[in-house]
Amino acid sequence: MKRLTDVAAPIVLLFVLLATWEGAVRLFDVPHYILPAPSRIAVAFVSHFPSLLHHASVTLAEIVLGLLLGGLGGFGLAVAVFYSLILERALFPLIIASQMIPVFAIAPLLIVWMGYGLWPKATVAALIGFFPVVVNASDGLRAPSEESVELFRSLGATRWQVFRKLRLPASLPTLFAGLKVAVTLCVVGATIGEWVGAHQGLGYLMLQSNALLRVDLVFAAILMLSVLGLLLFGGLRIIERRALYWRGAD
Amino acid sequence: MSRAAIRADRVTKSFADGRSEVPVLASISFEVEWGTWTTILGPSGCGKTTLLRILAGLIEPDGGEVSVGGRGESPGGATAYLPQRDTLLPWRTALDNAVLASEIARRPLAEARPEAVELFERFGLSGFERAYPSQLSGGMRQRLALVRTFLARRDVLLLDEPLGALDPLTRATLQDWLLSVWAELRKTILLVTHDVEEALLLSDRVLVLTDRPAAVARDLRVDLHRPRNRASAELAETKGRLLDLLLEGR
Repeated sequence: MKRLTDVAAPIVLLFVLLATWEGAVRLFDVPHYILPAPSRIAVAFVSHFPSLLHHASVTLAEIVLGLLLGGLGGFGLAVAVFYSLILERALFPLIIASQMIPVFAIAPLLIVWMGYGLWPKATVAALIGFFPVVVNASDGLRAPSEESVELFRSLGATRWQVFRKLRLPASLPTLFAGLKVAVTLCVVGATIGEWVGAHQGLGYLMLQSNALLRVDLVFAAILMLSVLGLLLFGGLRIIERRALYWRGAD
Repeated sequence: MSRAAIRADRVTKSFADGRSEVPVLASISFEVEWGTWTTILGPSGCGKTTLLRILAGLIEPDGGEVSVGGRGESPGGATAYLPQRDTLLPWRTALDNAVLASEIARRPLAEARPEAVELFERFGLSGFERAYPSQLSGGMRQRLALVRTFLARRDVLLLDEPLGALDPLTRATLQDWLLSVWAELRKTILLVTHDVEEALLLSDRVLVLTDRPAAVARDLRVDLHRPRNRASAELAETKGRLLDLLLEGR
């Protein structure tokens, strides 16, 4: 019974919201270029589906590449900062300061440096996505108790063995927590990258449709982006469950 | 092999606490013969764990000398240390936890696994080889930690309150079991506990430590015949005398 209400509750809520929206647009006769009714958005979504799919595939590639770069870079930074006090002192203020820079300010620069292709968008995504990974992975590497580390040392373990067999597996739960935050940020980052300069992708489609007063298509692109985000998040959870197989044991 | 398995000669240690130095071990000297069971008894927080960590080669004493295994090698190489807190790795199966020492020493696992399976049988863990620590009861986890310690293939075992957190029945079962394995494998055991009855039931010799900074207050031979009986009047009488001694010392 619990599962049924779990599934039904968000669907019912969504239906009520959409019905209210539809009713309000019809009742007050809101022009479609201000706010289209959900039915109109649905029609736009279906009729433009092949085009949406194409733009989504471009954005997906940017997000995945951004997440890979941000994830690997973030984890690498966390390891470097963990093992070197000098690097920690030097890097942490910069890492935190990097998050104060509005990505809108540097995205145009990245276009100038890297061109109109995949890379500047993936870089924007990576730049905001790496932060939760660094923070969470740093915590994860510190997770093993002093006793566990001493046990390894008493067995004559090398630093590499302590990392490989103790700290790395112990850091996985928080690493995945960081990656799940990062993936949602990467969706936003890739879209921002496309707004600044692109000729394809869902962000580009939103911008173009908005200029043509096709607000229904803007909403259809947003819908597609949400679906993309949910799929990526779900995919990450599947990988997480596989990597943390031992958690489901009890 | 030299006569003594463990030799501590005027060992001192203090820890920095803010600006002041807090002495933990005043001056500890004792020797332990090969194949014997010695128990260190003392009030909680008196420095028993610090002494064990020095013998395991994890920290250096401030003064005095320590030799373990009698081969002039570093203490760590001769001992298997069982820390007080649970140090089983949650992402490894019981069997993989048990062979950790062999893995770190780069012994072939094809050799180590059958040994582990054999000890699993002795420790009543058969059938749980592939279970994860979270699926085991407290008593089983402790047994598994002990199997791991035995499988380290060291002659001297340093056990830090291995039975401390267990219910009385599990505790009694494990005491009997430990005795039988010890009688067979003839390891040198140094056990830390604050349970007087446990000390008398298990050991050949009891070293009573004073409150911090710790020194050896009493060095008692336990002459009770083995196998010993928890309910015997002899044990109860010795326990009473020992408790009196402990109270006197305060």
